[in-house]
Amino acid sequence: METEKQLYTVSVYTENNIGLLNRISAIFQRRHINIESLNISVSEIEGVSRFTILINMSEDQVKKIIGQIEKQVEVIKAYYHTDDDTIYQESCLFKIKSDLLFEERQIQNIIKESNAHIVTVNKEFFVLEKSGRRAELETLHKALSIFGIMQFVRSARIAVTKDELKITEMLNAFKNLKNQQKL
Amino acid sequence: MDTLTAIQKQYLEQPKECISGSEAIVRCLLAEGVDVLYGYPGGAIMPVYDELYKYEDKINHVLTRHEQCAAHAAQGYARISGKVGVAIATSGPGATNLVTGIADAQIDSTPIVCITGQVPSHLLGSDAFQETDIVGISTPVTKWNHQVTKASQIPEIIARAFYIAKSGRPGPVLIDITKDAQFEEFDFQYKKCTGVRSYVPVPKTDPSTIADAATLINNAKKPLIIWGQGIILSKAEVELKALVEKAGIPAAWTIMGASALPTSHPLNIGMVGMHGNYAPNILTNDCDVLIAIGMRFDDRVTGKLDEYAKQAKIIHLEIDPAEVDKNIKTDVAVLGDAKQNLIELLPQVDANSHPEWLKKFKDLYEIEYNKVIKNDLYPTKEGLTMGEVLKEINAQTKGEAAIVSDVGQHQMIACRYANFNVTKSNITSGGLGTMGFALPAAIGAKMAAPEREVIAVIGDGGYQMTIQELGTIFQNKLPVKIVVLNNEFLGMVRQWQQLFFEKRYASTVMANPNFVAIAKGYYIEAKKVTKREGLAAAVKEMIDSDGPYFLEVCVEKEGNVFPMVPSGASVSDIRLE
Repeated sequence: METEKQLYTVSVYTENNIGLLNRISAIFQRRHINIESLNISVSEIEGVSRFTILINMSEDQVKKIIGQIEKQVEVIKAYYHTDDDTIYQESCLFKIKSDLLFEERQIQNIIKESNAHIVTVNKEFFVLEKSGRRAELETLHKALSIFGIMQFVRSARIAVTKDELKITEMLNAFKNLKNQQKL
Repeated sequence: MDTLTAIQKQYLEQPKECISGSEAIVRCLLAEGVDVLYGYPGGAIMPVYDELYKYEDKINHVLTRHEQCAAHAAQGYARISGKVGVAIATSGPGATNLVTGIADAQIDSTPIVCITGQVPSHLLGSDAFQETDIVGISTPVTKWNHQVTKASQIPEIIARAFYIAKSGRPGPVLIDITKDAQFEEFDFQYKKCTGVRSYVPVPKTDPSTIADAATLINNAKKPLIIWGQGIILSKAEVELKALVEKAGIPAAWTIMGASALPTSHPLNIGMVGMHGNYAPNILTNDCDVLIAIGMRFDDRVTGKLDEYAKQAKIIHLEIDPAEVDKNIKTDVAVLGDAKQNLIELLPQVDANSHPEWLKKFKDLYEIEYNKVIKNDLYPTKEGLTMGEVLKEINAQTKGEAAIVSDVGQHQMIACRYANFNVTKSNITSGGLGTMGFALPAAIGAKMAAPEREVIAVIGDGGYQMTIQELGTIFQNKLPVKIVVLNNEFLGMVRQWQQLFFEKRYASTVMANPNFVAIAKGYYIEAKKVTKREGLAAAVKEMIDSDGPYFLEVCVEKEGNVFPMVPSGASVSDIRLE
């Protein structure tokens, strides 16, 4: 029985090693799964990286994908979460002609109402930053595109989970085991 | 825990000593108990070969004629011994030639470590001569891989490579070492790897799953065991036999599980899958509890998934959590090591027998015997069959030989008809289906188990993919016995063309050379048999020969392998003709 497709946030804790991105992306590529967004960063644990992968698939599929990811030697642990399980955000940058800021009063209102903030202003352009849910970012994009956007970029989703992820405990358990072996 | 040899102790945890990276590589191998490795030299790996020359009294390097065969020989070595096989090659084409063997080892869970030379680190990414991104290329087909650019990394990485290759569900590991790291000197000391923090080789078993499995088994009226290579890899042959006998459960095997339980065992009811036996395939869709042990429900085993054992409760004993529920939804998944879990399961299982259920297997066997087996083993037509060659080998080796088969019709016949009385006796390319596997794998198998009779059974197509390894056999005086079943066709493809492509034999006709002359060109004793009368004597001559021996048997050209589950059909729609 196929469950329905929905957005899942996959969080993967890994060793910080060259080549692991290749290994993980190959898992998706082999199965023709489109990654909606991918973010790799440091995590709360020193030396441990965190992948945040957004995918649209059924729960059956995502479970299998988690299995394949965890099978990789340098993956410490992988989880999947629904939107309700996480606090998540994306952020984006707009580069816009500075003239518009003064000529189009409407822009100033849009900036104020959207809670976006101006990162920098110079004679030629200003840069606007906005973080939040995808829909909020899209609304702002739509509102600003009327005036003309010089450049736009949006980041991958980043997410933390409401529940605790016991990575540190897992790593400590391994350390204790090693210490026991030494004794 | 394996006991350490004297040589291993000599190189394990010794005081630090300043040596080159290349010498360190050789000492690491010695510390891991490697006595033979297969490879081919070249520019980027020359420093290691220079050290192998100096250490040749301790470690035997076998020069194969192609790097692919170095990987396959390492596989053959690993499959018959349970130890890690080692292959070594240079950068660029040397490394890429290993890839087929690595992919084969990955899909068949064979522990091998491949070491490749790489261009000096300052040239990485510059498209230097014989530079190739082998770490990138081998990533999807290795359990783990790593590039070493500093000599000081060598001991830890090689230790990790052996640990990862061998532990848990085994697999291939590739270590790529730049030439400057091979030359660089450092303070060497070797410690074995005992764990990697991000890697859980054997998942924890939940005891309640074992109890649940026992309950299902004890209440089953029509239980069926299907075991795979997991039994052999976890050395659980004795425990499997004990379970089968105590609970009186008919047991079938996947191609990779063959030989874990002797062919002659009354509860061994044959092979499952596309060319497996009639009864276990049909009754897969009749059993009430299916107990899968160390197998992965490959598509060649299951046929159409939607119609596979739908009526049965499924128990899956499995070491790799990613295999559970991958193809078949299980009712009880027992994660962990097969041997350990069978030991736990056995006392919870009631002694039982299922005579009526067993009779069903016997009745279906009769049908298969009359329709297929009789004609394969006791043909009345003039042409020789592949089956009767296997029957003759069985008779003359008392079913104790290790059969190394290639890929195609002869492989299916070998697996169906060979008598396996000893475990680790069926060495074949199961998952990848690599033609050309058998000859080099037989080299590794014979070297790992010189006391055993090793017979490579190969088709005329696959033989010509790695025929150059006759040179390796000759140079190393390896008494490998080679049987080529020659039907002058790429037989399995031809069979499909006959059945599903209206006999349009596109590129399956082989105009073959004089195989006997080729073998003799390599100074290997050789004979060709075309008639039934000559078969027994020729097989005897081959078995009696002290050295390598090549036997060509010209078989019926358009023979087919049956039974057959057509691609995409249900296992119970297996065809006998």
